[in-house]
Amino acid sequence: MARQGLRDQLVVAWFLRIVEGVFATSWRLRRYLLRRAVSSVVSVVGAVILTFLFLHLIPGDPVDNLLGDDARPQDKIELRQCLDLDQTLPVQLGRFVRSIFDGTLGYSCPDRKTTVAARVRKALPSTIQLAIAGMVVAVPLALLIGVAAALRAHTRWDALLTAIALLGISLPAMWLGPMLLNLFYIQVPVLPGPGEDTGRLRGLLLPAVMLGTHLMAMLARMTRSSMIETLSEDYIRTARAKGLPTWKVVYKHALRNALLPVITVAGMQFGALLAGAVVTEKVFARPGLGTLLLEGIAQRDYRIVQGCTLVIAGMYVAVNLIVDVVYAAVDPRIRV
Amino acid sequence: MSRRVRAELRLERLSAGTWVGAVLLGLFLIVALLGPLLMKRAPTAHDLDHLLEGPSAAHLLGTDESGSDLLTQICFGARLLLGLASAVVSICLLLGVVIGTLAGYFGGWLDEIIMRVIDVLLAFPGILLNIAIAALVPRAGMGVLIFALAVNGWVGYARVTRAQVLRVREMEYVLAARALGVGSWQVMWRHIVPNILSPILVQATFGAAGVVLVEASLSFLGLGPPIPYTWGALLSQGTTYYWRARHLLLVPGVAIGLLVLGCNLLGDGLRDYLDPKSGGK
Repeated sequence: MARQGLRDQLVVAWFLRIVEGVFATSWRLRRYLLRRAVSSVVSVVGAVILTFLFLHLIPGDPVDNLLGDDARPQDKIELRQCLDLDQTLPVQLGRFVRSIFDGTLGYSCPDRKTTVAARVRKALPSTIQLAIAGMVVAVPLALLIGVAAALRAHTRWDALLTAIALLGISLPAMWLGPMLLNLFYIQVPVLPGPGEDTGRLRGLLLPAVMLGTHLMAMLARMTRSSMIETLSEDYIRTARAKGLPTWKVVYKHALRNALLPVITVAGMQFGALLAGAVVTEKVFARPGLGTLLLEGIAQRDYRIVQGCTLVIAGMYVAVNLIVDVVYAAVDPRIRV
Repeated sequence: MSRRVRAELRLERLSAGTWVGAVLLGLFLIVALLGPLLMKRAPTAHDLDHLLEGPSAAHLLGTDESGSDLLTQICFGARLLLGLASAVVSICLLLGVVIGTLAGYFGGWLDEIIMRVIDVLLAFPGILLNIAIAALVPRAGMGVLIFALAVNGWVGYARVTRAQVLRVREMEYVLAARALGVGSWQVMWRHIVPNILSPILVQATFGAAGVVLVEASLSFLGLGPPIPYTWGALLSQGTTYYWRARHLLLVPGVAIGLLVLGCNLLGDGLRDYLDPKSGGK
């Protein structure tokens, strides 16, 4: 009888602890997410102000900087009006912010025919496709190399895989791309060259490899060290001591814990891929945000430069926030 | 070097990779400092009879699209790159250490403001901010490049410094100095900063590698300084001839790759060497 009562008491106590825990953690989680969201908003607002100020922070008259000293006075006046540079600074900022909220990002200057947003929208899918393809190349390969190196740590295999990863972070991407083209387009013509088949999978392969290599190498290094660290943890030794087969220890116990930080960093690097796409798109003559940005620079179209920069920065901040939220939801440790 | 100093430094704890990195960087320094003195031609000397020629006895690394000798260009380019990397790294290091120390030591609203500024700068991924700045100036040049790289280059140093300052701020020797009435300024620069320099040094090694890669990217995008023989410009020229003059692509690519590899190897090695957790091999 007494034993029964004790057990009931224990059950109730445990139940209460769990309920309490759920409430406490979810409250903490909520506060964490709120803080994270606020800091993201601060970042975006700051990025908006900074992209707005670019023109003014650079010494010299913005219009002279854009058109050069020997431009016709008529052109200068037109551009000055079009860019709102004849207004006071607060008015300029107000109009810039309004152009973000009404979804136009302003008009190209000085012809005022197309909105920046329309051109960005047209260019964006190709760049996102490329960035995702880069991710698809980078992440599985990185995990494979990293885990393999960690399992064979301090052997010849490890040295070889580590060297590959080291090469990957050291080789400049704009060297790798043309080298790939030389190999698979000129020497052994199996894949399409620059500007060919850009919309199809065949044409996406080399650009994805070029864009993804640096990230792949970086993540492989991370995976290796994270995995080595995890494999030396007590609970892994326990699992091994229980007599579990090695593959089970690796896949069921070590991998999940070792990979969480790697996946987070991979997500956060999505934005870096968007920026890296500028170089990749130029090498492979692909349409996209990077190509649009370079067009804007070549035509001294400031609104395009501003818009592209802002869109990439905004997407980067948003993806980082999403990754953090997912991470918080998946990893119980972050709530504590 | 006396035996005691050697025992203190415990150089045998440096991995083989670290030595390879040091040798690569040493080679780069030699090429950058002595190379230009040994060259007989000017890096921009044109030779229209020998365009896009592969390596030969007269031109050890071949010639480029205007007949300039590639080896000469690499040597002079190395000197430019050394200047650029030293300038950017020292500016960023100085800014980053000062800002990071102030943020970490004083905390509070100052720290909050500095961290928010860093957040904003980090909202621009990779080379985006550098592209935007280099694109808006009327004439690109070395000064512009240094400025564009320094605008967000200090952030990494500031974050490392801040984290380190937060770590040592409450240590006994700092508390002792403060208890003895040493001013904040003195505590920061004479007691804290000298003790946290090693992770900053590691950051500088990786930072130098970053400078080399960003210069190459910006030159490739046509936003570099208007000098035809910076390593980035040479590589950029090589990328347009990948279908016929392979040496033009190989030589600058391998040069940049080896230099960055050297920085990374040295950085990795120093980090492991300085990290008490790794405890040597």
